[in-house]
Amino acid sequence: MATSILERTSSGGTAAGAPNQTKRRINRTLKYALLLLFVIMILIPAYVLFITSFKGSSDADPSRAWLLPETWETAGWAKAWTTLAPALGRTFLLVIPAAIISATLGSINGYVLSKWRFPGANIVFTLILFGMFIPYQAVMIPLTQLMSNIGVPQGIPSLMLLHIVYGLPICTLIFRNYYESVPSELIEAARMDGAGIMRTYTSVIFPVSAPGFVVVLIWQFTSAWNDYLFAAFFSSGRNGPVTIALSFLAGGQLTDYAASMAGALIASVPTLIVYILLGKYFVGGLMSGSVKG
Amino acid sequence: MFRRVKHWGPGLLLLAPTIILVGVFVYWLIFENFRVSLTNQHTAKPSNKYVGFENYTNLLADPNFQHSLWNLLILTVVFLSGTLIFGFLWAWILDKPAKGEGFFRAVYLFPMSVSFIASGVVWRWLLSSLQTDQPGGERTTGLNRLLDSVGLGFMQNDWWSNPTWGIAAIAVPAIWQLSGYVMALFLAGFRGIPEELREAARIDGCSEWKLYRYVIFPQLNPVMLSAVIIIGHMSLKLFDLIRAIVPDANTYDVQVPATMMWVKYIGSDYADAAAIGMILLVLVAIVVIPYLMYTSRAEKR
Repeated sequence: MATSILERTSSGGTAAGAPNQTKRRINRTLKYALLLLFVIMILIPAYVLFITSFKGSSDADPSRAWLLPETWETAGWAKAWTTLAPALGRTFLLVIPAAIISATLGSINGYVLSKWRFPGANIVFTLILFGMFIPYQAVMIPLTQLMSNIGVPQGIPSLMLLHIVYGLPICTLIFRNYYESVPSELIEAARMDGAGIMRTYTSVIFPVSAPGFVVVLIWQFTSAWNDYLFAAFFSSGRNGPVTIALSFLAGGQLTDYAASMAGALIASVPTLIVYILLGKYFVGGLMSGSVKG
Repeated sequence: MFRRVKHWGPGLLLLAPTIILVGVFVYWLIFENFRVSLTNQHTAKPSNKYVGFENYTNLLADPNFQHSLWNLLILTVVFLSGTLIFGFLWAWILDKPAKGEGFFRAVYLFPMSVSFIASGVVWRWLLSSLQTDQPGGERTTGLNRLLDSVGLGFMQNDWWSNPTWGIAAIAVPAIWQLSGYVMALFLAGFRGIPEELREAARIDGCSEWKLYRYVIFPQLNPVMLSAVIIIGHMSLKLFDLIRAIVPDANTYDVQVPATMMWVKYIGSDYADAAAIGMILLVLVAIVVIPYLMYTSRAEKR
């Protein structure tokens, strides 16, 4: 590297420009070295997950813990798959309807709160928003009571209801901020034509909502997929989502690390695919999570 | 009057399901939880005898609960400073146009899409407390083994198995997972600063440091505030990650109110569990309510 910098300076035109250029090159090299160092730091856990998931019981020598497997075994993957497969199915069954329903409600709420305001709309909005920040521990005890009183069965039905209800604040927030950018003149024009609140929604607002829906659906999908707290209180290994199944697979004192790391990878595949394919919108969701975006 | 009701009535009607659901599942349940926290329902057998604030005073006098509050403080301070430092640094480096910027951004952000339960599996292994120079040290794995084999053996430590500072080790994976988020917030903040502002400062002969001190940082204040609120309230609620890394929920070294609430719930001590929930709510509210008021006022302006 040093020689290449020297070459550049010796052939690099004016005397005044040379040191500056050298400095810039060093800066750039330093910058990329730093960026790569951080990439390595971030990817260390991914590397460990990957290599350990392919190690067999014969490969358990701790001194080789950071090295590639001597023989690539798939026993861990097989065990993880048979343990997690039913829970994976249940999680899809839970997360997809929950995301769609809370997104639909959120869209309507956002529409009303930004375009069809009523007196006190701002206070109502702030009160709804607070629901997104509460620690769910503060409602959990009476919530378990309430759910059994209204007779919602443990497992997927309970969790679906809870993800819809507690997802409403963030969905409402994202859609409200999104609809703020829709010109009010469009709404006024529709109203002038005598369109009611629902007609205006279906003919003016809904057709321009696609980006908002993508952001909200991704957000709800990932947060419901990754939830553990509600799952711990309202389901068991028998009827719970994949986070619960994984925590049973990986928990306990004597852990089969190959199987639990394979399981962690399997449980992360759906959200990773969403992130890779739709990363741009994922970031959009994150931004709206900050209230003002 | 009637005309006005006709005007906003339908909107209110459409919003009604949400108002009712949030009213019941957030506000009414908080009230109910408060009520339970004032009773002596310490076993599975229902009991409605009110004991005032006795559960709260008992909890606050309990050394285990005091320790969980101490842990929560350490966790929050380390988690916040870690994510802010890395998040700002990455955003600062990536703000200037660079080749491969998208790749780096994607890598830094990707841990955010994984659940704490899944990442906890690998961090449990990475943060295992056995050290090579201890009895049985040949079985050492995880980061301690890595440090030893690259000649940094002196940096080995017992990670979370330490009553005073163990909780700080839990902040390491949390920082790993959420620094990318803070980076994304700061990047949006940087991009929101008009180029003319920087140009003007440069023309006035502002040094790079002064440019940051007097132009860039003040512009980033709102972003910084959002990051502090979001990470801060996540830290107060952190539960999954601790459960995934530490097998026993009732581990003194890493006990925080959220895990202690779970332990009380499992032990059917509903009154104490409810009281811990209320204490957590108050802590979060102290952070969040001023923020919500600030943003709704800023919006009006």
